[in-house]
Parts: sequence; C-alpha cells; structure tokens
Amino acid sequence: MDHLPADLTRALYRHMRTARDLDTEAIALQRQGVFPAYVSVRGQEAAQVASASALDPARDFVFPTYREMAAALAYGVEMVGYMATHRALWHGGLYDVMASRFGAVNAVVGGPVPHAVGWAVGERLRGDDGVALAYFGDGASSEGDVHESMNFAGVFRAPVVFFCQNNQWALSVPNDRQVAGGSVAARAEGYGLPGVLVDGNDAGAVHEATAEAVARARRGDGPTVIEALTYRVEPHSTSDDPTRYRDEAETARWRERDPVALLRDALLAAGHAAEADLAEDDARAREEAARIRDGVAAAPEPDGSELFTHVFRETTEELSRQRRTWQEEVEL
Amino acid sequence: MTELIERDDATTEPPTVELSMQQAINRALRVLLAEDPSTLVFGEDVGALGGVFRVTDGLQKEFGDQRVFDTPLAESAIMGMAVGLAMNGWRPVPELQFDGFAYPAVDQIVNQVARMNYRTRGAAPMPITLRLPSFGGIQAPEHHGESLEALFAHTPGLKVAVPSDAAEAYSLLLQSVRSDDPVVYMEPKARYWDRGPVELREPTDPIGTSRIVRHGRHATLIAWGAMVHRCLKVAELAAEDGVDLEVLDLRWLKPIDAAGLAASVSRTRRAVVVHEAPLTAGLGAEVAALVTENCFRDLAAPVQRVTGFDVPYPAGPLEPQYLPTIDRVLFAVQRTLEY
Repeated sequence: MDHLPADLTRALYRHMRTARDLDTEAIALQRQGVFPAYVSVRGQEAAQVASASALDPARDFVFPTYREMAAALAYGVEMVGYMATHRALWHGGLYDVMASRFGAVNAVVGGPVPHAVGWAVGERLRGDDGVALAYFGDGASSEGDVHESMNFAGVFRAPVVFFCQNNQWALSVPNDRQVAGGSVAARAEGYGLPGVLVDGNDAGAVHEATAEAVARARRGDGPTVIEALTYRVEPHSTSDDPTRYRDEAETARWRERDPVALLRDALLAAGHAAEADLAEDDARAREEAARIRDGVAAAPEPDGSELFTHVFRETTEELSRQRRTWQEEVEL
Repeated sequence: MTELIERDDATTEPPTVELSMQQAINRALRVLLAEDPSTLVFGEDVGALGGVFRVTDGLQKEFGDQRVFDTPLAESAIMGMAVGLAMNGWRPVPELQFDGFAYPAVDQIVNQVARMNYRTRGAAPMPITLRLPSFGGIQAPEHHGESLEALFAHTPGLKVAVPSDAAEAYSLLLQSVRSDDPVVYMEPKARYWDRGPVELREPTDPIGTSRIVRHGRHATLIAWGAMVHRCLKVAELAAEDGVDLEVLDLRWLKPIDAAGLAASVSRTRRAVVVHEAPLTAGLGAEVAALVTENCFRDLAAPVQRVTGFDVPYPAGPLEPQYLPTIDRVLFAVQRTLEY
C-alpha cells in the first residue's frame, strides 16, 4: 500500500466495505422474497472496486455482465436504480446507463464485450480519449464474442481494457474444465495484446494493473487483457448449491484470503489509516448499504404502460393498438 | 453530393436516373454519409473491394477509411461493435455479407440491438441499419441464400424493410438509416442488377406503409422483395385471360401495413400471399391472419399462400423449383377465383 496515495486506498476500502455490506443485505432481501434471485459479489470486491477506481467516470465507459455490483458502486452508479435489476423491476435497472457511463446488466455474458470494442473504436474515430472497460468472467471467456472482441480490438488498436475476473467457477464448472490452457491472460498474446495476470484479491495490485492498462489505451497504445485471479466464495446465485460440486475446504481457504480484510491490514500497516478511521468507514458503509437496501425494497414497481414505452423510439401503430387493448383489459 | 445540391433547389424537379438496385443503394449510402458525419459503413469487404455485390463501391474513396471500413470476419462482433458505436453517438450501417451469415450474429441482433433501447428505458437508442443481402434466386452455394424475415419481424424492437426495386431501395434505405430505431434492411440479391427509374427525392410515404404496384379488381397478390416482380409477371399473364390482379408490395415487414392490406383485399375480396421463405410459421401466416381479422366479411375465398417449401434453401439446380414459380402463383389465383 505504501506506493499508493492514502486517500485512494481509503476510498478503495470504503467502497469495498460498502459493497460487502450491500451484498449481505442483498442476500437477505432474496431470503425475504424481495429479490427473486441474487448473485453475490463476495470475495471479488477488490477485483471490481480497484479496477473501476482506475477509470474516469467523466470520459470512460464500463460494460459489465451481471456480477459487477461492487464495480458499479465504485464507479458512482446510482445504486438503488442499479439494484432494481436484482429485484427484477427492470431488465437493465432503473438508473440512466448513458449518464452513468455504466452499461446495463447483461446475462449473456460474452454479449457486452464487443460493445466495449465498438464504443472504443467510436471514441478513437472522434478523436476523444475515453477508454472502454469490459468486465467478464472465466465462463464468458469461453464464448465466441470474447475471442472475436479481442481480435477486433487488436486489429483496430481500440482503447479497451478486457477485465476478466477469474473467480474460478463458471456456474458449477471449475477453471480447469472452463479455460483451456488455464489462463485467460495468456490468450492475449494470440491477439497481439499484452496480457496481465494479477492477484484479484489484492486491491493495490488490481488498481495498478488497471491504471496502467487505462493509461496505455488512453495514449493510443491499444487494448490490454487483465486477468484478476480471485474466487467466488458464495454460490453462483442464491439458487445454486455448491456443495454438490466443490470442496468446501477450498472455499474456506479463499475466505481466509478475504480482500476486504487484506486491504484493512495493509492500510493499517502502511499507516494510511488508524483503527478508529476504519471503524468510522465501517459504520458509514453499513449506513449506506442500509440506505440502498431500503431504497430498492421500497422502489415502486413500474407502471404496466411501460411495457410498451421503450420498445421503439418511433412507436408503431400496431404497438399502439396493443397498448390500447391492454389498457382496456386493465380497466375492466 | 449532387443530389443534396439539387434537392435544395425548390424550382427544379428531382432528377430521375436509371439505376440498378445495387447502384440505388450505393446512391442512398452516399447521401446518408454526406448528410450525417456520424454515419459509418462497415463490414466484410465493404472498403477497397466495394462489397461483394459492389454496393459500397467507391464509398471508401469518397468518404475515407474512417467512415467506411473493413472489419475482420466475425459477424457477431460486427453487430456487437455496432451496438457500442451507437452507444457512443454514431449511426452504424453494418453489412453482413450474406443472409446465412446473419445466424452467427443473431444473439447480438436479437439480445442486444433489438433490446438495448428497452433495457435502458430509452437511454441508449440503437439507430443501426443492418444491410443484409437476402433471399434466393441466384443459385448461390449453401448459406448464401436464406429468408430470415420472419425471425427478425418476430423480434420485438426491430423493424424490417425489404425493397423490391431500385427506386424503393433508394427511399427505404434513406428512411431506415435516418430512423432512430434498428432496422434490418433486407436486400433481395436476385434484384441487385435490375435497373429502373429512381427519383432522387426525399421519401414521402411513412415507415410501415405498403404500396400498390399494380391496380386490379379480381384478387390481390401480396409479396415483398423479388417476389413482387414475379407477381407482376403473373398479373401480366393473368390479364391475357381477363383476370385483373392487384399487386401489393408490402415493403415493411415490421411494422406491417395492416390497413393497406385490408383496403386492397376488401376491394378485391381475394388474397394470395407469395414469399420465398418456408411455409410453416412464415410471414405469410401473419399476413393471412391480418387479412382474415380485418376483412373476414369481405373475403370471397380463404387466403392462399404460395411459398418456399419446408426444406432448407436447396442447391442451385433445385432452387428454381423451390422458389414460388409463376405457375404455382397462377394456380393459387385460380384456386381463389374458383373457390
């Protein structure tokens, strides 16, 4: 931690701590039936918060899949709106994707990766210096879109960062049955890109690797593949039962390498914060997580008419007719 | 640029030029690239080669390789890239080289292009026009002739346009690209080289309207793409026997002009829908249902369908037997008249 500014490391800690608490609240909301399902971020806070914190939300753009809550939080996304996705109030959430510069949740996990390339190419065509960052997992790295995207980005030298959170479990399939060759970062070489393998539970290392990749993209030197090696300590989703497919001793070992605890220890060791400061951060994180929880639990359901509102920019007569029919049936 | 200058001169009638459909699309792309600097043309071979059908011929030379560029060969990434470009304020006009190669991109088209405006509640519109050389009739190898219109018309969030001649190709493309909604613009390959008069003017018919290509009294032939031309031939032959057929070019398959269909069929009281795609769950079923819903009392006979068969587009020598022949359409006309 010594080599990073104290205020940065404190901010990383606050975001990671808030994400951890919000994750716990979200699991509770699922148990209470508020969320139909939830995908935990626990154990991946450093990979997400430290990478997102290396971006500039005023000019960059993030393309997530569906397990990027901690990244959204660190990037400054309005979290009640974001978490509305997990309550299934709207597919992409109720926050403004374009104003936040943080794409909508996407369950087709390779799907958003070429969007990042397109966005990045567009940025270069205009002569601006924004960078696109695509989050995806080890499972997504098996999908064709990810390979096509790396190849496109290499050919176009697009300012994009491919950020793979390798949490070692793609649904119920372990890394050695998911990633041939064992490493996503190693694939970068085949596309002519630098590939970086980083300890995904080390916030400082993740931040540095991402900041370097972002700087490289921003100065026109093209894309980078970062593989952050981490671990999904919780089930794939609240509907999953990992006791059927993995050794809990392994999970327990990774729980010991908790990224929040690691950062806490490092901050104290580096003298970036005292116990009292961190206790204050912890209290603020709990409050913030509770505020978001209450907000998303209380958020109103969308009006039925919104079924029809956003299908097209220029709606069709047929859709208007169907809307009228729907309205008549609702009013019966 | 010539068109733009002439268009500004209100005292001059818009010039009419004789063009092939492929040239008409090229003209429209030139207008679109010139009028909006955010418009981008990209895909496989669209740059130096000018497209496998030469539709983008000369565009890269005129507008530069930043506006008109070749991509690696990967259809899903081409469409995915279009999504990202649209999110960054561009107006992408990607080309997929042949209809069969749209299948690898269907995830991007259906899950991403079609839904992004909905998903983001209007924050991220997708003003993308996918140019897709489509349908059969050129006896091409496998995957080079398909009829995907029902797939795309069935997908909420997409609009689907199919020009039937050079003039239509010009105006429908202007409308498609200027629209802020994603449009799948299906170019009938079999008609690329057919020439016709093209008025270089602004389109006046709104998106989603059909057109009557030939007026008649005894039955309406409903078609799109290359089948419109075939139906016109059928109508000519039928006229020799005193049968007066109306030919309706649907041209927008989403949204479908239900009112236009109803107006024509209510007049003629008989309808035959002709398409290249397989019969089962094809768009002909949708057209027949719309006609039945809207014209039931006026109908003198059930709606007839003349379509491809429920088989993959066959190899070259068999393709003429797969596509609706003039005789098959004439038989259907006879069936509806004798009902």
